[in-house]
Amino acid sequence: MELEIRGLTRRFGSFTANDGIDLTIRPGEIHCLLGENGAGKSTLMNMLYGLLDPSEGEILVDGEPVAFASPADAIAAGIGMVHQHFMLVPPFTVAENVMLGRERTRGLGVLDRKAASRLVRELSERYRLAVDPEALVEDLPVGVQQRVEIIKALANEAKVLILDEPTAVLTPQEIDELMGIMRELRAQGTSIIFITHKLREVRAVGDRISVIRRGKVVGTAEPTASEAELAEMMVGRSVQLVVDKAAAAVGEPVLEARNVTVIDPRGHQVVKDVSFVARAGEVLGIAGVQGNGQTELIKSLLGLVRPDAGEIWLDGRDISRHGPRQSLEDGIGYVPEDRSHDGYVGSFSVRENLVLDLFRSERFASGPALRLGAIEANARQRIEEFDIRTETMETPVSALSGGNQQKVVVAREFSRPLKVLIASQPTRGVDVGSIEFIHKRIVEERDKGTAVIIVSTELDEVFALSDRIAVMYDGRIVGTATPDIPREEIGLMMAGATDTDQAGATGATGAGTHGTGGGAA
Amino acid sequence: MSVVDAPARSEAPEEQVRDRADVRRQVRLVVVFALAAAMVLLFRLTTDSFSVTYLLEAQRSADSQPRSLDGSLVNWVALVLALAGVVLAALNRVPRGGLGLLLYVLVGLSFYVAFMAWAFADQGEGFQASISNPIPGTISIATPLVLGALAGVVCERAGVINIAIEGQFLAGAFSASLFASIALSSLAFIPLWLCAPFGLLGGALAGMLVSAILGLFALRYQVNQVVLGVVIVAFATGLTGFLLGQIPSESTGRLNNPDPLEPLAVPVLSDIPVIGQALFEQTILVYLTYAAVVVVALLLFQTRWGLRVRAVGEHPKAADTVGIKVNRLRWQAVLFGGLLAGLGGAYYTVGSSGAFDKEMSAGTGFIALAAVIMGRWHPVWAALAAVFFGFMRNLGTQLSLVDRIPGDLIGALPYLATVIVVAGFVGRVRPPAADGEPFVKA
Repeated sequence: MELEIRGLTRRFGSFTANDGIDLTIRPGEIHCLLGENGAGKSTLMNMLYGLLDPSEGEILVDGEPVAFASPADAIAAGIGMVHQHFMLVPPFTVAENVMLGRERTRGLGVLDRKAASRLVRELSERYRLAVDPEALVEDLPVGVQQRVEIIKALANEAKVLILDEPTAVLTPQEIDELMGIMRELRAQGTSIIFITHKLREVRAVGDRISVIRRGKVVGTAEPTASEAELAEMMVGRSVQLVVDKAAAAVGEPVLEARNVTVIDPRGHQVVKDVSFVARAGEVLGIAGVQGNGQTELIKSLLGLVRPDAGEIWLDGRDISRHGPRQSLEDGIGYVPEDRSHDGYVGSFSVRENLVLDLFRSERFASGPALRLGAIEANARQRIEEFDIRTETMETPVSALSGGNQQKVVVAREFSRPLKVLIASQPTRGVDVGSIEFIHKRIVEERDKGTAVIIVSTELDEVFALSDRIAVMYDGRIVGTATPDIPREEIGLMMAGATDTDQAGATGATGAGTHGTGGGAA
Repeated sequence: MSVVDAPARSEAPEEQVRDRADVRRQVRLVVVFALAAAMVLLFRLTTDSFSVTYLLEAQRSADSQPRSLDGSLVNWVALVLALAGVVLAALNRVPRGGLGLLLYVLVGLSFYVAFMAWAFADQGEGFQASISNPIPGTISIATPLVLGALAGVVCERAGVINIAIEGQFLAGAFSASLFASIALSSLAFIPLWLCAPFGLLGGALAGMLVSAILGLFALRYQVNQVVLGVVIVAFATGLTGFLLGQIPSESTGRLNNPDPLEPLAVPVLSDIPVIGQALFEQTILVYLTYAAVVVVALLLFQTRWGLRVRAVGEHPKAADTVGIKVNRLRWQAVLFGGLLAGLGGAYYTVGSSGAFDKEMSAGTGFIALAAVIMGRWHPVWAALAAVFFGFMRNLGTQLSLVDRIPGDLIGALPYLATVIVVAGFVGRVRPPAADGEPFVKA
């Protein structure tokens, strides 16, 4: 099936998210759609999948114009989509999720569960997507959930499969696996639209690459193009892919976690016996696939949750029992992983958000009254210093772009004297220009002698910033390394491989993580 | 050397911290069993004479005379069972599954009998009230509760909070009486035996009408569903009261004087001793209620419609992306819920006493709501919770015959239990993920 898009345009009010996009997806190719966050990739795909109506332009399937009023039409036309945020019903089984919307019945509307399970089994054998049809989706790891999504699309006989940022939640090994699946699908005749902003991946798997910037297709490239070329097309100017930083001047230990264990409300141990030291003037990167305890560990460091066992020491004081307010006053800076959830108040202005955790200080308050003049002066200064692109300081933060929202959070956290900076996913959903800026500021903070802890699921970011890398898997720190360690080794650690595992019969691939020298074997 | 250090995995640390859920279960069981044992002991200590009588029927009649019960023996049995429970729980050896259930049932039943024996003992001279069969009273209170709870389950599984069950009860009760009365006064067109069932139709329609208001504002205009539900209850209360007042006294016979439904005995089943008559010599509405529990459970969990309804209540966006019309399904669920609740309301008029009276459902719609939550949004469990509430209410009535303990206090206990359940004392209570969230297409 050939899918063609002609002059597709979508406007939201005065904002044009997609502007006259032309694309052709040939049968049996992996077509990469490369673009920054907010470039308009998702808008385009939502139109292709019938979730959004185009303002102008048309979609052609095998030369025939089609109109998709709803996803049902798109599915019927042979288009399948794996969304970035999975569209699976967590308390349902795999088979139930796959059959949803196209259930086969045994008359009287009674579900034919056997047929559904059989179908899942067939597809999982045919495309080598191992998954148990009877498992509950909420019990499955993310990588497997993604396979369920793919099976769901295949069950609808998708000829064109859209994968929206599918690698964001996967380990490097799972990414390799996914690429294998993509090649397998291509071999069996399915075309794939692969949406991503990761240059490495498009070069590894793409047949053709289209680059989108600010809602327009700015060019196509071959997978042989260099990363620098692709990055330049994507951003519109030459980009520095590495962070400039001098060697760290490592000082005294500042923050220490000792055997920290955290149990979540459901009774699961999510952080298991974690110990580490963060030293002044050094960036400690915590790598790991999402959901391996990083979130809870960081929350316990800040006092948002109390560790169920273990202690947290700051500058020689036990702060395990401190709440977030005390921790902030102690000099911990915190950039949360989900800024819209606990980074800012969306309906508050930029000015107000810039003092959210400072308004109690002498500088901005006298007694119960706020010093509005000082708050305004602070806002003016921070907007200037951090190059926050906002119309006025009274604009609500929710109206800013992701990158500028993040800059508001970063600017606020950097505006008090810090002993420790904890930044979780500091550049998630942020454009390349802002990433460069935020990275620079983090390194500057390190050079001022602050202990910096970076948590990121983006391996590139961890490598770019860290002086030391700790890898978390299943609630534990499974190893600590310096950034000259090969990616594959970190990848294996992220998937849970440790000394003990490799000493077993798994057939070590030479990627040992031994502390004393076995790793070079 | 790139690798700095890799701590060896400590020896199976998971075993060091015991699973919290297991600890919580043990503590909970010890507390409950110990409490039961202590109370049984208290019963023994505060009883002078253990001579108690009981009836296997709801009321005394010529061929059902009270028989005597050995209260002391009952008390011993209850004490032994409760203590056995304490011991097992303390050793953390309470079995899970069927055997555990058997233990709970035995302790619960023996506790109930010991409690009744205590409550009805020491009545002094004169007329002796007897413990009577609780099943008939329970069924009669529980019927509308079960229907209301099923209505709540269906709506909330689809992601629409239905606080308006009370309003649907009132509208259903009023309309059922009206329909049946009108039918009765137009016997030329409708045979007599069909008049009361015709009232059920009226009840169902009125329930659906109230649901339509709920659906219109909740689904079309995305009004906050909790506020909306409360407003609808107030509206239905006022409207039915107003309409009742508008019936001129000379037309009362024509508009609000239905014949109640006749009980129908199921052959064979109704001859079972003790429970037969109470369960199987009932009106068609009660049988419909039994069937509704099964039908709703099957619908929700075995059919295409049910799968889609649950998907819409858990993750409407996911349902939308596979081409399911989210709001259309929610409408269907809300209307079906209205039908069930309307039938529940009809119980108050054509199902039992006959004529409609102001605010006659007396807050039971909210109790049905409590049953939904206590039953964890599962039709069968919600129905059982409704039966439990009915049982406790009936117990309150029975205890008002004796002055050991205020019956109203007992009647209030189940609601305390609901709050405790909702607070998560008995496992995790998880409502449908998208319950009460309007679905707006991007």
